[in-house]
Amino acid sequence: MNYEAVIGLEVHVQIKTHSKVFTRVGAGFGHEPNTLTDPVVLALPGTLPVMNKAALDAIIKAGLMLGCDIAPVCKWDRKQYFYPDSPKNYQISQYDQPICLGGSVEIELPGAARNVMGEHKKIALTRIHLEEDVGKLNHHATDSLVDYNRAGTPLMEIVSEPVMHTAEEAFAYLTSIRNTMIYGGISDCDMEKGQLRCDANISIRPVGETKLGTKVELKNLNSISYVRDGIAHEIKRQLAVVAAGGKLIQETRDYDGVAGTSQSLRSKEMAHDYRYFPDPDLMPVHVDEAWKAELRRACPELHFDKQRRLIAEYQVPYTITSVLIPDRELSDFFEATAQLAGKGRAQAIGNWIANDLLRELGAAKVPLSASKISPANLAALIQLLDAGALLNAAAKEVFTTMFATGDAPAAIVARLGLAAAPTDTGELEAWCRESIAANAKALAEFKSGKESAINAFKGSIMKAAKGKANPKLVDETLRRILAE
Amino acid sequence: MTAPLHFQSIAELSTKIAAGQLSAVELTQSIIARTKAIEPRVHAFNSFDEADALSQAAASDARRSAGQSAGLLDGIPVGLKDVIAVAGQPLTASSKMLANFVSPYDATVTQKLQRAGAVLHGRLNCDEFAMGSSTENSAFGPTSNPWDLTRTPGGSSGGSAAALAAGAAVATLGSDTGGSIRQPAALCGLVGLKPTYGLISRYGLIAYASSLDQIGPFARTVEDAAIMLGAIAGHDPRDSTSFKTAIPDYRAELKTRRGPWKLGIPKEYFGAGLDPEVGAAVEKAIAFYRSQGCEIREVSLPHTQYCLDTYYIIATAEASSNLARYDGIRYGHRTSSAKNLLDVYQKSRAEGFGDEVKRRIILGTYVLSSGYYDAYYLRAQKVRTLIRQDFLNAYREVDALITPTSPIPAFKIGEKSADPLAMYLCDIYTIGVNLAGLPALSLPCGFTQSGLPIGLQLIGQPFREADLLATAHAYEQVHGWNTQFPSL
Repeated sequence: MNYEAVIGLEVHVQIKTHSKVFTRVGAGFGHEPNTLTDPVVLALPGTLPVMNKAALDAIIKAGLMLGCDIAPVCKWDRKQYFYPDSPKNYQISQYDQPICLGGSVEIELPGAARNVMGEHKKIALTRIHLEEDVGKLNHHATDSLVDYNRAGTPLMEIVSEPVMHTAEEAFAYLTSIRNTMIYGGISDCDMEKGQLRCDANISIRPVGETKLGTKVELKNLNSISYVRDGIAHEIKRQLAVVAAGGKLIQETRDYDGVAGTSQSLRSKEMAHDYRYFPDPDLMPVHVDEAWKAELRRACPELHFDKQRRLIAEYQVPYTITSVLIPDRELSDFFEATAQLAGKGRAQAIGNWIANDLLRELGAAKVPLSASKISPANLAALIQLLDAGALLNAAAKEVFTTMFATGDAPAAIVARLGLAAAPTDTGELEAWCRESIAANAKALAEFKSGKESAINAFKGSIMKAAKGKANPKLVDETLRRILAE
Repeated sequence: MTAPLHFQSIAELSTKIAAGQLSAVELTQSIIARTKAIEPRVHAFNSFDEADALSQAAASDARRSAGQSAGLLDGIPVGLKDVIAVAGQPLTASSKMLANFVSPYDATVTQKLQRAGAVLHGRLNCDEFAMGSSTENSAFGPTSNPWDLTRTPGGSSGGSAAALAAGAAVATLGSDTGGSIRQPAALCGLVGLKPTYGLISRYGLIAYASSLDQIGPFARTVEDAAIMLGAIAGHDPRDSTSFKTAIPDYRAELKTRRGPWKLGIPKEYFGAGLDPEVGAAVEKAIAFYRSQGCEIREVSLPHTQYCLDTYYIIATAEASSNLARYDGIRYGHRTSSAKNLLDVYQKSRAEGFGDEVKRRIILGTYVLSSGYYDAYYLRAQKVRTLIRQDFLNAYREVDALITPTSPIPAFKIGEKSADPLAMYLCDIYTIGVNLAGLPALSLPCGFTQSGLPIGLQLIGQPFREADLLATAHAYEQVHGWNTQFPSL
C-alpha cells in the first residue's frame, strides 16, 4: 500500500519590540540572566499585566501580510500549567478567539536545478495568535537555574492547516515565514536565538484516504534544517512501524538533531488540561478599520512578489534574485543601486552584490545596515568601470577599500593610483606604434582579415603601461593606427 | 465630651493638625501607644513598624512647617490590609506561604496615600488570601472584635475593621471581593465602602478573584470615607481594568448632593436567615429615609438566589489561577523536603496554604477543567450577566438600594469555622454587588441588645459613589451611632 505523509506546523515567532508584551521592561537576547525582569515579569504578588500595543500592531501586520482575517476584538486567555520557566504558572495567550484567522503562506519548492525557479504553492493557515514567551531553564549537574529574561517576550504562534506532505514543503514553508517576518520588520527570526521555533504534527495515511492518521507531535526542531531532517526521519519512522505491522500511537516526540533520532516525551494520556479561561486582568481590545488600514499601509511588498518584479523589471536571472530576496536590505540595496546606475546594469550590480558584497559582509561579520557601503558608491564604481576609467582587477581592490572606508570610489582610485590608462594619449600612441612595429607577423595576419590578431599587440602595450592602460582606449588607438 | 484622640475622625484630626494644635508625630505616637495597648487582646496587626511610621510622621510635620502640606490626609495614620504592597514592608496575605515575603514595590493605592501624606501604619490581619468572612483563616491567628473579644470582626478585612474600631488607626484600607469590607464594617460599627469595580487600581493588591476584587476604605464617618476614596480613586495605566473617569471631590459633594432619593428595597434580601434585631434596625433606617421624603419602593432582584453559587464558581476559578504563582520557586515558602520538581510544587503548596485556600483552589481547578468548563464557569458567567441586569433594571426605578449588610451581627470565634457553608451565608447580601461590579457601602445603623453593632448596606449605581456617600451622609448626620466606641 502507498502512504502519504500529512504535516501541519506550529511556528513560534518572537516579535521584535522594545519592551515585553505585558510590562515595560526591555526585551532582548544575550543579557546577564534575570536582568530583563521587573515585578510583573517575576509574577510578584499583586502585579498586573498591561498590553504592549506594539506587539499587537506587529501581529496584525503579520496577519495582513499573510492575508488573514483580523478579529474585531483581541481577547486574552490564560493557559495554565506548572513549570518553573512560567512565572505565573499560566501563560497569557489566545484560545478561542485568535487575532488572525485563515490566510496562507506562499512557498517555493526546490527547482529542477539551482538556477531554475521551483513550483510555487500556497499553504493554508488555521490561525495566528499572540502570547507571552516563557523563561529558560539551564540544567546543571545537581540543580537547574532559571533565567526570566525571555519571559514575557511577545510571541506569535502561526498554525498551518495539515496540508503539507513532504519535509521539503515544511522547509520551504518555514523559509517563507522567516522571509515574510523579516520583510515586515516583525522579527529577525534568528533560530539560534530562539526567535523562530517550530513544532511539527505529522501523520501518515494510505494515498486516497481523506481522514487523518494518528498524529505525532515532533518538538525541538531548532534549526530550519532540523525541521527538514526531523520530519523526514519521523515520516520514515512511521512508515517503518506500519510496514512492520505495528500501530502508531498519538504522542509527543523529541527530535535530537545531532543524533538524527527521536524519542517519546509523553503520550496522549499524559496530555495537559490547560484549563483555559478568559484573563480577567486584561480588557478585550477592539481593532477598528482605521487601525487596520494604518497597519495595511505599513505592510511591505511580499518577498515572492518582489522576486517576480525584480526578474520582470530588471531582467536579472533567477539565481541572482534568489540571493537577493531572502534579505530585504540586500534586495533594497540592489534596487537603490540600479536606480542610480541604470536598469541596464542590473546584472552587473547583482553580480557585485552576490559575489563581492556578500563576501565582504561575511568576512566582516556585519549586517548590511552596519556596513559603510552605499548604493551611490557601488553605482559610481560601476560607472567608472563602464567609462573604462578602471580595470576589473583594480575595481575589486577599490570595492574592498570602499567597503572598509565608505569613501567614494573616485577618491579611492585617485588615492591608490589605480586609474586606468595614461592620461597622455601621446605616450599610449607611441607604445602602440612600437608594438605594431615589433610584430610584423601579427600585422600581416590582421591585414589579411584575422581580427583576433589585434590581441597580439596588446600584451607589450600593457606591459609598458604597467597594467594601467584602458583596454578600450588601447583597442581604439591600435585600430586607428592599423587603419592608416 | 470629645472622644480620645485615637477615636477621632480624619476631619477632626486634620483640623487640629492644620491649626497647629497637634503634630503628626504626636498623633502617630498616640496611635502607636493605642496599638500596643490593644494588640495583645485584638490581634488586628500582622506587623507594624513603629520607627518607619514615626519617620513618616516627622516628614509630614516637616512638610507642614515648610508650608507644603499635602492636604487633609497629611500626617494621618492609615493602616493597610496585608494584601496591599508597600515597598520594604512585609506582604503576607496572612499566609504561611508569604510569611517571609517583603514587597520590593508599592501598590498604586500605596503611592497615592503616600502622595497625600498619610502615615502608613501596620500590616493588618485578614483571612488568608482574603478568603473568608471572619479573619479566622489567617495563618497568624484570628482577630477579635473590639466590641466583644470573644467574637470575630468579620472578614476577610477583619484586621482593618478591628484596628480602626479599637483606635489603632484613623482610617484603614481593605479589599472586598464578596463583602470583605462591608461585612466587617457592619460587625465593627464602621463605615466601609466597596467602590465600583474599576474605580480603584488593583495594581499591588494580591489577587484573590481579579474580576471581583476592589480596594476600599474603612472610616469612622461617611465624610472620612469620602476623603479616603478621593485619595485612592482614579485610572491607573498599570491596571487595564481601571476605568478612565473623572474623580469628583467626594467630600464637597456630600453637601451639594441632597435627596430626596428614590430608594429600593430588594424583597429577596429580607427573607429567611435574617436576624430579627438586624432586620428591625434596617427597617428603622428605611423609615428614617421615608420620613425625609424619600420614595421607598420594593424592587425585585430575581436572580439573587444564584449569587452564592455563581460567586463560588467565578471567584474560585480565578483564585485557582491567581494563586498558581505561589510555587516555592521564586519567592515564598519552599518545602525543605523536596526530592524533585513535583515535590517542590506539591509540598510547598501543601505546607504553605491553609484549608480554606486549598478548598477554593481545588474547587476552582475543578470548574475550569476540561469537560466541566461549560457547565460551571461559562454558565456562571451567563448568570453573572443576569445578576448585573437585575440591578440595572432596578436602577430604572430607584436611585439606590437599601439592604442589611450582614444577616447576623458579629458571631463567636470558632462558631462557624467548622462549617464552610454556614460561613459562606454571611455574604449573601454583599456578594451580588461584587458580581454586578457596583459600589456599595455599609454604615452603622444601631446595636443589638447585647451591644453588637449593626450595619446598613446602601448599594449605588456604577461610578456614582458621590451619590451613594451623600445618601449615607444624610442618615449619619442625624444618627450618632459612630459616636459610641468599644470599651477596651
